[in-house]
Amino acid sequence: MRSSRLSRTVKGTYLALVLAFLYVPIVIMIALSFNSSVSRAEWTGFTLSWYEKLVHSDAIIAALEVTLEVAVVATVISTVIGTLGAIGIHAMRKGWATVLINVSYLPMTTPDIVTGVSLMLMFIFMKVPLGKGTMLMAHIAFDTPYVLFSVMPRLQQMNPNLYEAALDLGCHPVKALWKVILPEVMPGVVTGGLLAFTMSLDDFVISYFTSSTDQNLSMIVYSAARRGVEPTMYALSTLMFLAILALLLLINRRSGLESVM
Amino acid sequence: MKRSWYATPYALWMLMFTVVPLLFVVYYAFTTKTGDFTTANMTKIFAYTPVLMDSLRLALYCTALCLLIGYPAAWFMASEFSTKKALTVLILLPMWMNFLLRTYAMMTLFENNGVLNSIFQALGLPKQTMIGTEGAVLVGMVYNFLPFMVLPIYTVLNKIDPRVIEAAQDLGANPMRVITRVVVPLSVPGVVSGITMVFMPAVTTFAISRLMSSGTIYLMGDMIEEYFISMNNRNVGSAMSLVMMILILISIGLLRKADPEGQGGGLW
Repeated sequence: MRSSRLSRTVKGTYLALVLAFLYVPIVIMIALSFNSSVSRAEWTGFTLSWYEKLVHSDAIIAALEVTLEVAVVATVISTVIGTLGAIGIHAMRKGWATVLINVSYLPMTTPDIVTGVSLMLMFIFMKVPLGKGTMLMAHIAFDTPYVLFSVMPRLQQMNPNLYEAALDLGCHPVKALWKVILPEVMPGVVTGGLLAFTMSLDDFVISYFTSSTDQNLSMIVYSAARRGVEPTMYALSTLMFLAILALLLLINRRSGLESVM
Repeated sequence: MKRSWYATPYALWMLMFTVVPLLFVVYYAFTTKTGDFTTANMTKIFAYTPVLMDSLRLALYCTALCLLIGYPAAWFMASEFSTKKALTVLILLPMWMNFLLRTYAMMTLFENNGVLNSIFQALGLPKQTMIGTEGAVLVGMVYNFLPFMVLPIYTVLNKIDPRVIEAAQDLGANPMRVITRVVVPLSVPGVVSGITMVFMPAVTTFAISRLMSSGTIYLMGDMIEEYFISMNNRNVGSAMSLVMMILILISIGLLRKADPEGQGGGLW
């Protein structure tokens, strides 16, 4: 829709306000990570001491490793399983597809906390020790449907004749999958992978219930919250924010984030 | 190999790590600690009806606010801006930030000795007690869940063929009519998806409520955590979880009726 100058101004102002709502707290938090005072009300000078504390904390380094390891492995596995799942379900007869799609909605429609406790109950019942492994299995379980539902609409939009045409022209089904379907659904795959990584990195609730020996960063933050806010946590979140920013810009450069969203 | 077979690993994983664990919730909800059948866990949770009502009310407010704020944002994002890409990234970026940290960031603003009160004082205004109020909890929730409303609506709006809108204009529809008869109907799947993605975590939220209310407002999520972690009573906790799950499924069912376009039971 072509828009007038006035409407562009209104739209721009509105989006600026939404951005301010989303970012001002984060910017303040980043600023406070450099504040030499523990108080959140006054600025007493610039310091890097909270960051220094961070690097020297074994607990935080260990949690960082757990977080990244689980997020990366869960994203890779769930992206593969989810994409194949979407392609499979799309090619299925209506009845079976409906059953599987309804099952796929379970983790998305089940509150995180219920997913968390349900997995906790199963692992406890089966006497599987709650740690990094159980956390990973749980993450794959809640990540995969996000991939599936990101790929699905792309498949539905796709011209079904393209795949058939490839087969008619003598293309092997696996090659047709790789050369015809995958490029078409790739934006959805990347969106799904991004969502999966987001959910994994961002997850506190399910990790909290499915792991007790290994803590991820969120679990560290939660236990820190119980002792009261520490500026070290601001420093930590600042670093996480910058890391994610870098990651997103990289993805944006590769495939154009606007098209994958 | 038939293409439908590609879904096998997916189906197995979902069965093992989604369907089966949920059956355990049902099992624990109806058994005693020693594994005997009982309905005592279910009757015990009637005592928490007020907590449930608070959770529902706050989640509804939160979802409504997110839709109200998020829909125009998604729509404006999808319209032609030269900075469209950057805007999209910026609005969706907070999704990648840990919700506990984001809640902390919000607390920093709302605290009695926090940033907002410092600003009020500098302006000569009286100090406000914001933390510990329901409003603070609501702001914390909207702040956390807004991008989850924007993303699906934006995705759907962005896919609308501009020629469809041009056709409506060429056929004489005024801007208002283009919105109500073309844009909004086409965006329904995104809206339904957005409502689901916001309402679900909102109604079961925990930690946000506890932090933003300084522990004065307990929602269902906080109660479930208490039972599983602090009180180590997984049976009553399971009964509560079961009720929350049923509640969510009912809402999803109602939402799906609002989206007749949804194919194969899907929202998309």
